[in-house]
Amino acid sequence: MAGEAETAKVDPMYQFTVEPLLGESWNIAGYNIAYTNSALWMTITAVVLFIFMLGGMKRELVPGRWQMTVETFTGFIEDMLDANIGEAGRKYVPYIFSLFMFILFANLLGLLPVGLFGIHPFTFTSHFTVTGVLAIMSFSIVLIVGFWKHGLHFFSLFVPHGTPLPMIPILFPIELISFLVRPFSLALRLFVAMMAGHVLLKVLSGFVINGWNAGVGFGFLVGIPSFVLMIGISALEILVAGIQAYVFALLASLYINDAENLH
Amino acid sequence: MDLEAAKMVGAGLAAIGAGMAALGVGNVFGSFLESALRNPGAADGQQGRLFIGFAAAELLGLLAFVVAMIILFV
Repeated sequence: MAGEAETAKVDPMYQFTVEPLLGESWNIAGYNIAYTNSALWMTITAVVLFIFMLGGMKRELVPGRWQMTVETFTGFIEDMLDANIGEAGRKYVPYIFSLFMFILFANLLGLLPVGLFGIHPFTFTSHFTVTGVLAIMSFSIVLIVGFWKHGLHFFSLFVPHGTPLPMIPILFPIELISFLVRPFSLALRLFVAMMAGHVLLKVLSGFVINGWNAGVGFGFLVGIPSFVLMIGISALEILVAGIQAYVFALLASLYINDAENLH
Repeated sequence: MDLEAAKMVGAGLAAIGAGMAALGVGNVFGSFLESALRNPGAADGQQGRLFIGFAAAELLGLLAFVVAMIILFV
């Protein structure tokens, strides 16, 4: 990527730059808390999500289209928690639902073609700090619920039922590590999936621009097929945005199930 | 071979992992479809497990991508 002058025209990593928008000198106790484009898009996501939910909470007896949409989403999450955790899963519906909708809206808003109007959409789920905090929140719930409910008996999670005694010293560290790696894998999956998709789109757009700049022949040979591929990949990215939000919520609920029911 | 060239080769080698993850993800969905077409009634109940398998297979490919990115940019 570095080196040649032609390939440097479209930098696929530039879209992930975090920039302060309203002045850089917002400091609290030595930490910079400037309002960045990342924070701006989080605000936009929260506002859009708020409006979306508000429109569906009229509690009509015969639901309209909007209320139906919202109820489909809540029902989807409720069913998922019922299937994975059981009766005890009901109290986690608000958390998992907020998590799912926030990630889903963030992913989808980051894909909006508002670049046509000169606004740069920013997918904040493509940053490890953001997904990391979401994962740590989910993992903290697992730890707090697990120790609150089962006390030190929670450690029996690391020794599967019916393990022969000589196997325990080997199995315990393996299970412990696989447990401790969960927040990382949870955060990494969402962050990398979103980042890889956006990098791919920008690399392809680089092919289109550089192809047409190299001449009409290259334009038709490289530019047009790349553009068609971009349209296909964009559709795939919408699918990935949904799947990743679903997978994040699904895995979070599975981990909470471990804490609630201990195998 | 100087360091820059070795970095590029290493990042390229790391991309093999992404291809392997493609095999894994394809296997997950392929096996699911194969058995879902044999017993469509049971297919809907297994969708959660399908996505768990998909997530586990996909993560390894994403890790390969992360390795490539770390080699290239860090």
